[in-house]
Amino acid sequence: MELSALTIHETQELLTKGETSSVEVTTAVFARMTAVEPKVAAYITENRDQALNQAADADAMRSRGEGGALCGIPLAIKDVICTKGLRTTAGSRILENFIPPYDATVMEKLQGQGAVCVGKASMDEFAMGSGNENCFYGTPHNPWHLDHICGGSSGGSAAAVAADECMASLGSDTGGSIRQPASHCGMVGIKPTYGRVSRFGLLAFASSLDQIGPITKDVRDAALMLNAISGYDPRDSTSAQVDTPDYTKALVAGLAGLTVGVPEEYFGAGLDPEVEKVVRHGIDQLKAAGAQVKAVSLPHTEYGVAAYYIIAPAEASSNLARYDGVRYGRRDMAADSLIDLYKRSRSQGFGDEVKRRILIGTYALSSGYYDAYYKKASQVRTLIVEDYKRAFSQCDVLVSPVTPTPAWKIGEKASDPLSVYLSDLLTIPANLAGVPGMSVPCGFSAAGLPIGLQLQGSHFREETLLKVAYNLEQRLGVVGRKPVL
Amino acid sequence: MNISKEEVLKVANLARLELSQEEAENMAEQLATILGYVAKMDEIDCRDIAPTTHVLAIENAFRDDVMKPSLSQAEALANAPLHNDEAFIVPRII
Repeated sequence: MELSALTIHETQELLTKGETSSVEVTTAVFARMTAVEPKVAAYITENRDQALNQAADADAMRSRGEGGALCGIPLAIKDVICTKGLRTTAGSRILENFIPPYDATVMEKLQGQGAVCVGKASMDEFAMGSGNENCFYGTPHNPWHLDHICGGSSGGSAAAVAADECMASLGSDTGGSIRQPASHCGMVGIKPTYGRVSRFGLLAFASSLDQIGPITKDVRDAALMLNAISGYDPRDSTSAQVDTPDYTKALVAGLAGLTVGVPEEYFGAGLDPEVEKVVRHGIDQLKAAGAQVKAVSLPHTEYGVAAYYIIAPAEASSNLARYDGVRYGRRDMAADSLIDLYKRSRSQGFGDEVKRRILIGTYALSSGYYDAYYKKASQVRTLIVEDYKRAFSQCDVLVSPVTPTPAWKIGEKASDPLSVYLSDLLTIPANLAGVPGMSVPCGFSAAGLPIGLQLQGSHFREETLLKVAYNLEQRLGVVGRKPVL
Repeated sequence: MNISKEEVLKVANLARLELSQEEAENMAEQLATILGYVAKMDEIDCRDIAPTTHVLAIENAFRDDVMKPSLSQAEALANAPLHNDEAFIVPRII
């Protein structure tokens, strides 16, 4: 097998035995990028020179007996996470030339372990989208079916892992942006609990919802990545002061004593029968592993999208006010008044979806509409939080589909933003309640498109998700199946 | 739900965005569809429900007031499209 096709833990084994080096592994990943990137387009910026230096440093670290579990491992980073000295665009024209002067906390943590950053992965502009079709630098292609979307907004992060153009990646998830592309690309994706991972250096979209998390080839790799990036950070005032366990300890066989809740609302109208069949089969596997399966209800699920499309745009309209053409980013040099400078720089720099959300958010927060929209959405959010509390008093983990359908064709929903928004109805509630969510590969559609299974747990119970995911993975044996490119 | 082109242009001005007449017309239509869907929330009586703005019980995050390294002036200016090595340059405002 090619080195680029390995998982993190498989590579670590070879590195530990001295059978390969990080330089060799990183070189193999770049060879793979050269071969498949013209078809997949997972990256906005490749980081070839720096990455090979980082790999050489990692080999030196290893020979001194230093470095963590990710030492020498080539990773892709979603282009919304600041990388010092390496262009970070957020998929937007407005940041076409932005070179961050500092690293995000997650980058410091990865580098502390000796990880290698091979490039910045494609994404929907400012993480706003579900198909990665809103990227100024082009749309990546699903490695399993090149004319289909990879999902979004972390589409490049998922595609790069699926296409073996990196060993794992970081994405960010505001309403499903890690879990949904992971599902569409047949990879493992975790949105950790709100507050589990520092967002310092993550370009903000909706601050009460955003969370960074990993996309990986298998569950063990997800545990290793989560080990590396979790933890309190004084530079993120919303990061939680809770201990980080060793997540690999959660990967044990057998689910006896565990109750799996199946929320009926997640299997409603609009669910593709193929998706339902695959997910129901997954639930049977959990039962076979010893879990008790129980029907539960989260009655306000259907209101999640409505609340989200007020809360997220409202927060975005405020967060994106910083892009003014003055301190960084695109600037219209011809503008002769300050207001014109703002207006022209922003209008040239932002794409349609970002403008649409800024307008929705500004409208919802404007005088006379605040109670009808933002306050109402925040109240609905309370009801959704209470739904989860009630459900988790009856079960340990919720199991459902990630998305109602497999990946759609690129361009198919271009003129219908609402239908794209509605595709996130099963992932959005976790963000509104701040609970951890995970997508695990569960099967394929008849057309060969991957279908994931979603796990959700109580706050800070990522271990439970990993344990269930690990058992599912062991029983299904879907890991290791590769797209043909 | 109906939103006029004029309303869109008013909101765009608040958000410091410039839209062409055609863009404003498209946005008016799309915003009406999206906010029409959002009106689904009206099915729920929320009168006695407290709003949630933050999902975790986080208190004010204080830190000790100590000097720490931060960006140098040159680093802070490095991404600015227009500066004079000391400050950001903007069009005259007074």
